[in-house]
Amino acid sequence: MAYFEIEQQDEIAVIWLDQPDSKVNTLSARMLGEFESLLDKLEQDDSIHGAVLISRKADTFIAGADIEAFTRMKSSEEARALSEQGNALLLRLQRLNKPVVAAIHGAALGGGLEVALACHYRIASTGDKTVLGLPEIKLGLLPGGGGTTRLPRQIGLVKALDLLLTGKNIYPRPARRAGLVDELIHPPGLLQAAVAAAREGRRSKPARLPLWQRVLTATPAGRHLLLAQARKTVLKKTGGHYPAPLKILEVLQTGLDEGLEAGLKAEGRAFAELHASDAHRYLVRLFLAMQARKHNPLKVSFQPVEKLGMLGAGFMGTGIAEVSIEKGMQVVLRDLDHARLAAGLKRLWQDLGRKVKRRIISDFRRDELLSRVHPTVEVQDLRHCDMVIEAVFEDLDIKRKVVAELEAALPEKAWIASNTSSLPIADIAAASRRPEQIIGMHYFSPVPKMPLLEIIITEQTAPEVQAAAIDVGIRQGKTPVVVRDGPGFYTTRILAAYMNEALELLAEGVPVDALDRAMKAWGFPVGPVALMDEVGIDVGAHIGRGKLTELFAARGIEGRDTLQKMEAQGLLGRKNGKGFYLYPKRGRKRPNPALQRFFPEANSNPDQSDWQWRLAAVMVNEAIYCLQEGILQSAEDGDVAAILGLGFPPFRGGPFAWVDHIGAAMLLQRIQGFEQRFGARFRPADLLVEMAEKQQRFHPQ
Amino acid sequence: MSNRKVVLVDGVRTPFCRISSEYADLRSYDLARLALKGLKEKLALDENPPDQVIMGTVISNVATSNVARDAMLGAGFAVSTPAYTVTQACISSNRAITNACDQIMTGHAETVVAGGVEVMSDTPIGFSKAFRKRLMALPKAKGPADLLKIFKGFRLSELKPQQPAVAEFSTGLTMGEDADQLAAEFGISREEQDAYAMRSHQLAAQAWAEGRLAEQVLTISPPPHFRVLAEDNTFRADTSMEKLAGLKPVFVKPHGTVTAGNASPLTDGASAVALMSAGQAQRKGYRPLARIVDYVYTGQNPRGELLLGPAYAIPRLLARQKLTLSDIDVFELHEAFAGQVLANLAALQSRKFAQERLGLDQPVGEIPLEKLNTGGGSLSLGHPFGATGARLVTTAAHRLHQEDGQFALVAACAAGGLGSAILIERI
Repeated sequence: MAYFEIEQQDEIAVIWLDQPDSKVNTLSARMLGEFESLLDKLEQDDSIHGAVLISRKADTFIAGADIEAFTRMKSSEEARALSEQGNALLLRLQRLNKPVVAAIHGAALGGGLEVALACHYRIASTGDKTVLGLPEIKLGLLPGGGGTTRLPRQIGLVKALDLLLTGKNIYPRPARRAGLVDELIHPPGLLQAAVAAAREGRRSKPARLPLWQRVLTATPAGRHLLLAQARKTVLKKTGGHYPAPLKILEVLQTGLDEGLEAGLKAEGRAFAELHASDAHRYLVRLFLAMQARKHNPLKVSFQPVEKLGMLGAGFMGTGIAEVSIEKGMQVVLRDLDHARLAAGLKRLWQDLGRKVKRRIISDFRRDELLSRVHPTVEVQDLRHCDMVIEAVFEDLDIKRKVVAELEAALPEKAWIASNTSSLPIADIAAASRRPEQIIGMHYFSPVPKMPLLEIIITEQTAPEVQAAAIDVGIRQGKTPVVVRDGPGFYTTRILAAYMNEALELLAEGVPVDALDRAMKAWGFPVGPVALMDEVGIDVGAHIGRGKLTELFAARGIEGRDTLQKMEAQGLLGRKNGKGFYLYPKRGRKRPNPALQRFFPEANSNPDQSDWQWRLAAVMVNEAIYCLQEGILQSAEDGDVAAILGLGFPPFRGGPFAWVDHIGAAMLLQRIQGFEQRFGARFRPADLLVEMAEKQQRFHPQ
Repeated sequence: MSNRKVVLVDGVRTPFCRISSEYADLRSYDLARLALKGLKEKLALDENPPDQVIMGTVISNVATSNVARDAMLGAGFAVSTPAYTVTQACISSNRAITNACDQIMTGHAETVVAGGVEVMSDTPIGFSKAFRKRLMALPKAKGPADLLKIFKGFRLSELKPQQPAVAEFSTGLTMGEDADQLAAEFGISREEQDAYAMRSHQLAAQAWAEGRLAEQVLTISPPPHFRVLAEDNTFRADTSMEKLAGLKPVFVKPHGTVTAGNASPLTDGASAVALMSAGQAQRKGYRPLARIVDYVYTGQNPRGELLLGPAYAIPRLLARQKLTLSDIDVFELHEAFAGQVLANLAALQSRKFAQERLGLDQPVGEIPLEKLNTGGGSLSLGHPFGATGARLVTTAAHRLHQEDGQFALVAACAAGGLGSAILIERI
């Protein structure tokens, strides 16, 4: 057997999982095939009284299913067959009259955890790498290997809902508390403990639940109430765009009402249906695109960054520092005065404090991490840095001055990244003595949460600087997307077009909250107006005064100056509690009545779908301009960046996938209709016209 | 001493703060960590890691009994660097520094970080011995009968928290009582003590105002409040003879002379210095401040001579180096009490003391006030027990440059009747 190796310790069979030619173990049809013969042996060999399932890989038990294999499955019948085959095997495993102990060290995710759930007893190592979870929902699927049905039986419906509907990871100690695993031990003792448990014939018991949960989930009526409540929350959160969570709720109900086998059957059916859904297809594509970007595509040799200089200890600077120190980099954090540094350090300390509170890291570990941050007011202290990221005020003259100052202080080989969100990098590099060592690294706020890093290269940027920047991004856990230089690069540029159109709609009298609701219903996590408040009206106004406006003006687009006017009135957005909305200290935000000064009260455009189409079309059209102009290197880059950076609805696959989905000709027709109504704002990109004419797609079918 | 010269590259300390003020939320581990991290950053010691870290402390916390190790790890020093903690009362970091010197001179190390810490705000307060005895017996108890036996004769008074006193173990006297007694023995009046204390506060204020201390003191913003601290909060620029005269004696009532105004305050603080072999400093491109030339430690009778350490240690060190007091340009004496400093100065000038206690014909001599503690001392800057020694050494080295001198002498007394003196030469 290629995947398993059996080592018999007296009457206990230790089954080592070791997928050939792979760093991790994954579940696949081939693996299941071997698993079947393994079960035969366990059933028939009388010298075996029990078994231990353990991995030979350094940091994984079983990382889950082979996602790429999913994409190769042609029909939903195939998906259903896979689920049913897996479930039949795991049912055999569960019903084996010899105890099988799962010895979990490293990742036990998706199918990996489902295998463990079918075992009779679970021991997890307390190692840093041990993590459990059923993340299928993140790919628009449900756990189809018995996870949906077995999880509530093991840990109770309430906790199961939490894990299934979020797909979140759970770490050894909380997993033990939840009853997901029965025992914990340090990694070196795992095998010995598992063998002993198998020898003693230990069997897991379902978690002891608090009384209220036992009462609530004991009867079908109680469970239905709980599931109905969950359904309401799901619909509210997803706008009904994602079928997976709803299917999960259905399968849970079947499994609990009609028994294990009925549940497993329902799992197979639901798995097949979800596998055929668009949401699943796009989410997998996004996942694979993100995975692909975790490898540096450039083969040039470069100096990996060990010490990173960070200019500016604001929200951005400390966010970048945080993701850097967590990945072992040293950070010299420079700002102009100690008060700002202290505020930055406090933010870092509090951010890590959340992990301390949740016992993900210890108090000491936080100190150790923070010891990697060297706060300073002296630019000279950056002299040992391999590179510096500047996050100073968005002003070309200031940035140029900063670059000159840095170049004087830094060693020759050190490169400089600007974390500007809109200023062309070439303009900043114009002041540099070493323009080939200047690059753009556009992070998104809040940095620890936002997965995108937009890397901007100029004509002059050296390949080794680009490679090193990509490497920094990957190590910081970001998904880097490399774009070419230009006003607003890619993300800020298409966002600006979208925001401008939102202002036009407001000028037609569309109420702010109605507009936000419409775009949330379309699938954005935040509406455009609320987003402007989050970003800051002043920031938007500042961008509106820059080169991006010139770019649009050259195409005959006149931007509205509403943001500048609002800024002048002191309406800055979320940061000072008043923008398009008012943000009271307590209670929910509400539309700012002061907006009457800027927008008509009567709504001349009540057609919500018109708003949605216009906003989507203007953003997507601008994205196509970016591809056409070579700002984007590929449509996939454009999709990944829009989803990860701007919250473009993931179930639509990104701007380009969406064009493919609705058809270039159909979109063009819409846009041309808008062009007739509104003029240059909707002048279609030549590339779109061409694609429509030739009936082409951005992505292969 | 051996021909491997030891140099002081530089030193830093946290601002010193009165007990239960800025550092009320911290443990010694935290403050030691901040001092070590600050030194590492100032001297880029991540590029040139030390071979050892040695920290002095007096009141140790059981959780971090080897605070040097825990703090250096928390400060991001390499795990491969060994670290240990020394304790020798108020001269603990003096001992850390001289141990470092020995290690470098004998070739066991090229670079050593030495320092000390005291967070008196975090003094462990325990149960009485009687109650602790009962607690320790608890795990062995089997059944209610044993429990009854363990708590037989229990009195509520056993629960009274036991705060460690600053008292001499062998004599039972508090240090303030000893200082009061010593001042009387050498005829130091209350006014003289108050005047010396006022001088200390004024000089400290002046040194801060003139920027002479800033380069030795880190600007830190410690958790959980992250207030920016750049200056000691221990000295009082506005003190006056009237104010000092108004204070009542604290240790010997009602007619003693030692008051809160002429004694060093209970203080939190941490300090650290980087020592290297001269060769290492040169190879790594450092420009050291000074060379550590020699040192001595002495022991006196804790009964009566408790605080006379400097008067014993200074002449012995001068004799070893064949120097006299007049060869010394900079004096840094630890100021436990104004009366103690003045008594030591008097002892050094006393023929009787020289003859009877030191076995010398002539008095050792006079330490001119203009060379003594010109930027304040422990009375005004505070005295975190374990951290004071490294402060004195760093300040002495800086003063050699500021005051253009060649030799500096650091001396201190310590509980147990101990004395320390360290000789430093400007590079």
